[in-house]
Amino acid sequence: MQISIETYTLPNGLRVVLSEDHATPIVAVNLWYHVGSANEREGRTGFAHLFEHMLFQGSAQVATNEHFELIQRAGGTLNGSTWLDRTNYYEILPSHQLEIALWLEADRMARLLPAMTQEKLDTQRDVVKNERRWSVDNQPYGTWWERLPALCFPPDHPFHHSLIGSMEDLTEASLEDVAAFFRTYYTPDNAVLTIAGDFDSIEARQLVERHFGEIPRGTGRPALPDMSLPPTFGGRRREVVEDAVVAPRLFLAFRIPPAGDDAWYAVYLLSAVLGSGEACRLETTLVRDQAIATSANAYTYDLTKGSDLLVIDVTARPGVDPSALEAAVEGEVDRMITEGVGEAECRRALALLETAWVAELQSAGSRADALSKFATYHDDPTLLNAELARYAAVSAEEVTVAARRYLVAENRATLLYVPQVPQVVEVAA
Amino acid sequence: MSASLAGVPPRPHPGTPRPYHFPAVHRHTLPNGVTVAVVPMPRLPIVTAMVYVDAGANADPVGEEGLALLTASSLTEGIVGCEGTQLVERFEQLGTVASVWADWEGSYARLTVLKEKVAPALELLAEVLRAPTFPVREVERLRDQRLAGLTQQLAEPRGLADERFDAFLYAPTMRYARPVRGMQETVPRLTREGVAAFHARHYGPSTTMLVLVGDLTPETGAQLATTAFGGWSHAAVRGPAVHDMAAASERRIVLVDKPDAPQSELRVGHVGVPRLHPDYLAIVVMNGLLGGFFSSRINLNLREKHAFTYGASSSFEWRRAAGPFTVGTAVKTEVTGRALEEILKEIDAMRAAPPSASELALAADYLAGVFPLRFESTAAVAGTVAMAESLGVPEDFYSTYRERVCALTVDEVYAAARTHLHPDRLLVLAVGDTTAVAPMLDGMGIGPVTRVAAEFDPTEGR
Repeated sequence: MQISIETYTLPNGLRVVLSEDHATPIVAVNLWYHVGSANEREGRTGFAHLFEHMLFQGSAQVATNEHFELIQRAGGTLNGSTWLDRTNYYEILPSHQLEIALWLEADRMARLLPAMTQEKLDTQRDVVKNERRWSVDNQPYGTWWERLPALCFPPDHPFHHSLIGSMEDLTEASLEDVAAFFRTYYTPDNAVLTIAGDFDSIEARQLVERHFGEIPRGTGRPALPDMSLPPTFGGRRREVVEDAVVAPRLFLAFRIPPAGDDAWYAVYLLSAVLGSGEACRLETTLVRDQAIATSANAYTYDLTKGSDLLVIDVTARPGVDPSALEAAVEGEVDRMITEGVGEAECRRALALLETAWVAELQSAGSRADALSKFATYHDDPTLLNAELARYAAVSAEEVTVAARRYLVAENRATLLYVPQVPQVVEVAA
Repeated sequence: MSASLAGVPPRPHPGTPRPYHFPAVHRHTLPNGVTVAVVPMPRLPIVTAMVYVDAGANADPVGEEGLALLTASSLTEGIVGCEGTQLVERFEQLGTVASVWADWEGSYARLTVLKEKVAPALELLAEVLRAPTFPVREVERLRDQRLAGLTQQLAEPRGLADERFDAFLYAPTMRYARPVRGMQETVPRLTREGVAAFHARHYGPSTTMLVLVGDLTPETGAQLATTAFGGWSHAAVRGPAVHDMAAASERRIVLVDKPDAPQSELRVGHVGVPRLHPDYLAIVVMNGLLGGFFSSRINLNLREKHAFTYGASSSFEWRRAAGPFTVGTAVKTEVTGRALEEILKEIDAMRAAPPSASELALAADYLAGVFPLRFESTAAVAGTVAMAESLGVPEDFYSTYRERVCALTVDEVYAAARTHLHPDRLLVLAVGDTTAVAPMLDGMGIGPVTRVAAEFDPTEGR
């Protein structure tokens, strides 16, 4: 299955991807800036994400909260998200409203700073602190988001520190930081703009030129430090966390090649054989046969710089001894190495992937985001159309080889959540 | 700040809207009574098959709450000659996962599969609905997993707040007071025999609807339906009517203790209205302005003005009988009282004066505009067709939705607020650090305060 892809670059460096499809009168506008928490300076953890919030606070021609209002009035949805090495923004709306989304994105790319105030920064800082409380601090196992990367990447590595940020660093963020971050990273030559859905390509090129053509190129994104690491951890790592939970949960992580590398696809299938769908190995053994777990999954982080992570994530039944959980999971991993991987289980994993792939591409927003991703990370959005074939080309032998290379004991990082000692709860009448 | 800058393109105007039509639904009934709906969406080579059975949690026997869901979850655990992982493996080798679940109204099975594999996938799906073997080991495993989930919920403030809100909102004898999935008291009572009996009583051709959406014609869909479901013969009964009596008719506060919690999970609301109420659309739009999307009053107030929270919203939950109307948010513990005050103010304001024409247009244009976005996938369309059947939504509802939303007047929306928001009956529930929160609520004059432990469920031992 192929989708239509046109791509070109404006003189100011903005990469543009167009994917026309007139099945429904919907258009998606999707912008990826090649900046994330990895680019934060010391003492400013969480800043890339806080900055994402500031992008919804208006720009030279757009009042506070008007970005949301204009898109919602136009009958569209919108949001943004921040990841370790990229930040994205999107609008999905009725196709006759395409230009308002381009105008809004261009206004904030060109003219954000005149709208920035201390009051807006203070408000969004508190909103983000509440986001942290909601998703990390007041959520069982919520700290895994920051503990696992901290365990798997060395302290000076850009992926080591917390994406949502510490309360202290969020408190320190200033308007000067906003201005510097904007000038450095929010430039056309550090962005990909994708339009997918119901539009006319010639018209869209004119609109893109009109709104983005005059925005000056930046001075160049400062290079990230060298992110290459040895192919495995080179030893066992282990952290045990007491948390307000009722059941132990184990995250077992492995260092693997970066996503997109030839070697990565076999590792991806390895993760799917282990932990995708319901007939996968972890579910069959730990949830069904041994009945010690209530859920068992495996997935990759899909990091394209330096190295990626494969993560096994198993939640025990309440009352199960944490060390029994650990032993059972490691037993399954060891079995992958000793017995290897069969044809049928690879076929199952690939069949699930193929259906999910087609189902995902039904939505204009998903197509746009996938194209922006390939353009940002691999500088070629047309790779999207070749991607499924790369998974399909992997043999069971290659998956077995990957298991024996990357699941080894000296490449395991254990993050184990265990229930706190029960506290006495006092109940007032 | 809306003045145009020199040399900068001014704010654009929208172009001409292009037509959108909800996909056509081709309905017929098989001779054995199975209702079939085929919805061609030929853009990509996939098909979603969804089965709706007219017996959900509403049909749970008293004391066995959770049975409908356990029955649905157990469907894919065995057919004759193929059990457990083997059966799941058969679906997955076809590139599909059969999802099975129940809600208040019905029980469901759904899969999405590449077009060339739809026939074998559908036959397998029909087999698990017609003749599941319910292996005792697997049923008991799923039951024990559900119990584990209920225990885990005690440590998870969001889900705990949702479930306890319903438990305190409805009269304890009402089915709606207890969650779809059951509770600590009832789930241990569920057995393989109970599951098989629920299936025998409620699953049959006359209570079943098959929805096929995707790259197929009405004729192909009809053939597939006949092959897979035409030979099924079994007498079954629909779930019973359901009632929605509230636990109380005055304002009250319930504080559920989670010591040292950095946030309070707040739920504020009352029993709402049934889905088929004639004011449905006016209520949807009214709720839109109140708290139905980002630019709504409650979110702008609590998040963008006061920064009390990461987000706040309101919703009416639509069921056959009256589901809850709820304002929900998570706020920093120290501002729980002030946040509650703002929520109460917004509910009162909604009833104190009509919205402006511009504000109404924002909500109506948003709802009408995002309508096609909700139906890009075969799975979403299948879910909507099944939901419409389960709730008795008229067939032309989706083809006329956008026009009717945009035709609503300020008076109609204001009347919906006056009629369907009841500040005098609000239940306020907070899961959080009650030692810190209770003093903030003293003197607010909201109503009597009850403090309970996380483990306390008011419907237990009723």
